[in-house]
Amino acid sequence: MPQHLAADSKRRAFLVQGAAIAGSLAAASAARPANAAADAQSPADPPWTRTLGAPILASPYGVPSRYEAGVVRRQSPGLTRTAQSSVSFTPLQSLFGIITPSGLHYERHHAGVPDVVPDQHRLMIHGLVRAPRLYTIDDLVRFPSVSRIHFIECGANTGMEWANAAVPTVQYTHGMLGCSEWTGVPLAVLLDEAGVDRKRARFVLAEGADGASLTRTIPLEMALDDVLVVYGQNGEMLRPEQGYPLRLLVPGVQGVSSVKWLRRLEVGDAPWNTREESLHYVDLMPGGIQRQYTWIQEAKSVITSPSGGQVLLDRGYHEIRGLAWSGRGKVRRVDVSTDGGRNWRTAKLQGPVLPKALTRFRIDWTWTGGPALLQSRVIDETGYVQPSIRELRAVRGTRSIYHNNAIQTWRVDPAGDVTNVQTG
Amino acid sequence: MCRPASLRVLVAAACIASFAHVAHAEATLRYGFGRPASAAEIAGWDLDVRPDGTGLPEGHGSVAEGQAIYDAKCASCHGTFGESTDYMAIAGGVGSLASDSPMRTTGSKLNYATTLFDYIRRAMPFNAPKSLTPDEVYALTAYVLNLNDILPADAVLDHRSLVAVRMPNRDGFTTQHGFMRADGQPDTHAKACMTNCAAEVQLLSQIPEYARDSHGDLTQQTSRTHSDAPTGGADASAAATAPVAAELAASAGCLACHGIAKGVVGPGFGDVARRYRNEPGAAAKLLHKVQAGGAGNWGSVAMPPQLAPERDIRAIIDWILDRLQ
Repeated sequence: MPQHLAADSKRRAFLVQGAAIAGSLAAASAARPANAAADAQSPADPPWTRTLGAPILASPYGVPSRYEAGVVRRQSPGLTRTAQSSVSFTPLQSLFGIITPSGLHYERHHAGVPDVVPDQHRLMIHGLVRAPRLYTIDDLVRFPSVSRIHFIECGANTGMEWANAAVPTVQYTHGMLGCSEWTGVPLAVLLDEAGVDRKRARFVLAEGADGASLTRTIPLEMALDDVLVVYGQNGEMLRPEQGYPLRLLVPGVQGVSSVKWLRRLEVGDAPWNTREESLHYVDLMPGGIQRQYTWIQEAKSVITSPSGGQVLLDRGYHEIRGLAWSGRGKVRRVDVSTDGGRNWRTAKLQGPVLPKALTRFRIDWTWTGGPALLQSRVIDETGYVQPSIRELRAVRGTRSIYHNNAIQTWRVDPAGDVTNVQTG
Repeated sequence: MCRPASLRVLVAAACIASFAHVAHAEATLRYGFGRPASAAEIAGWDLDVRPDGTGLPEGHGSVAEGQAIYDAKCASCHGTFGESTDYMAIAGGVGSLASDSPMRTTGSKLNYATTLFDYIRRAMPFNAPKSLTPDEVYALTAYVLNLNDILPADAVLDHRSLVAVRMPNRDGFTTQHGFMRADGQPDTHAKACMTNCAAEVQLLSQIPEYARDSHGDLTQQTSRTHSDAPTGGADASAAATAPVAAELAASAGCLACHGIAKGVVGPGFGDVARRYRNEPGAAAKLLHKVQAGGAGNWGSVAMPPQLAPERDIRAIIDWILDRLQ
């Protein structure tokens, strides 16, 4: 067991460095009195090599190792009054690659998670269409299907950070974010089938089957472009928290538009000004005007490791890892600074780089033990450069709640502690 | 659109006409999955109300009627005067959105009273959505507007007067921004400078001292790897879903060698029970055998030391000795 681990039990839990993992496994076996004999034996002969493992079907639907029990969605205390109209955050600090495990995809519900009986669920399409239709889930699965990888980000992601650094880890600063492979039928196929009135139709209203019957207006040009009516997520049916058995997916647009438990689509000629696009999900600007129908999630990135709450145990090599995405298309480039934005280096992008999907970036870094300010900055395929918090506030003030895509700063202090700060 | 609830004969006739149209449309479908939605079904499902009043049902309600319903079904969350900020505040703050302390309430933010009606009808009361009659929704809408000094105390709302209500923040919204289209124009124009970009980096803010521990023990949240033992979270969840001993025996792999009734390569648990049940200290002896392993009591096949948690092993042993015959 490395000395620096034994010296500080608090530190033992935060191994952000791969080399320390082996040390932690050794510690795990040492802690169990029953395994005293195991310690005397070769490390090449750990106890689990000397007994039978669990049988098949010990867990018919597999679950993560119990040693990963800390990797869960969490809520931010005090954010909401009831658990039915609330949000849980994805533990981005613990994830790899670009796919969010379905059980860790953030939740935002407005009236709890309904227990929808799939055989009784129907999707109605009506309004400015020639042939209004009612579909069962089986009907919808029969249509030509597509699978695409897209992120979903709540419009209020990072909303707690508009005025000041407020929450400690990337789970809370950026965790209203997930990315899945979604399978379903293009909405354009369903609208064509119903015979949408292209002369008059401008918008589509999507309505959920939850207690809130949540409604959002979708512009027809998006509906006919890349919007999906989704039943599959990461290879299986949607999870209840993600809209089982049917949801809308509006790529690149704030998550509330991807209406869950989708039940009704009405084609119309004007936006609906629903509660979730007049009382909420509007961006309050300096001067008191509210921006309405702020759909697009602009380009954004964040370093997930090292990130807030973690501790660097050793000087030397660290791989800086993070995520970048854009609601306007593909990520073109990500730059990383370790000195608070004075100097930048371009990170490597892990393929595939997909439109309106998370893109993983990484870059080598040698920590010399001094203070550091870690930042990432994405440039998307439109040439848009992720702004600083100072640049955002200059235009939008600090009260808008939504669409905070500012550059995130993590401070590393000489002890290795990583904390959330804002610089400018 | 066909909404008999709000309709006159003229529109009803249009519904019938469009229904006939549906039959014709059916023949031209490319896939033909699903089935036509009838006018009656559409009317039953079509819940939304638009700012021009489209979709409003027949009915009416007064401020006084609304107050009685509000006090019974709404005040517990929203406050007697709609002032509670625990949930969405309903009243107050009109004109405050431009200030340094904007009060975000239904009265201060909303642009159209039709949206208030729509939302109450579809989503309120929070614990019993869609339980209100149209008259009750009109009455509650009237009362909420009265709480905001938008309607007088003797007002009565119906579908005509509701559309005529002018909310204080009617003109407080804009769509002049770049967020409505994927190719919209951004409102920031940062440059991607690469070297010597800032003379000085200033610390603007950090998490306030009082909030440092607000999100619990971060050591349990930020690591993927763990040191001594399963985390508290793992133990807690295991306790919450502790399976019965038979399931523990199955998941720990015991049943691969031990049948419950009769042996496989090792003795059946029933055989173990019969041999040890009346022996003093049997549980401790068996615990040692399970953890340390052993051979010779039941034949030539040795039992390897078992690594299941001691708590689980004790539960299995107790089950064998107490319950099995």
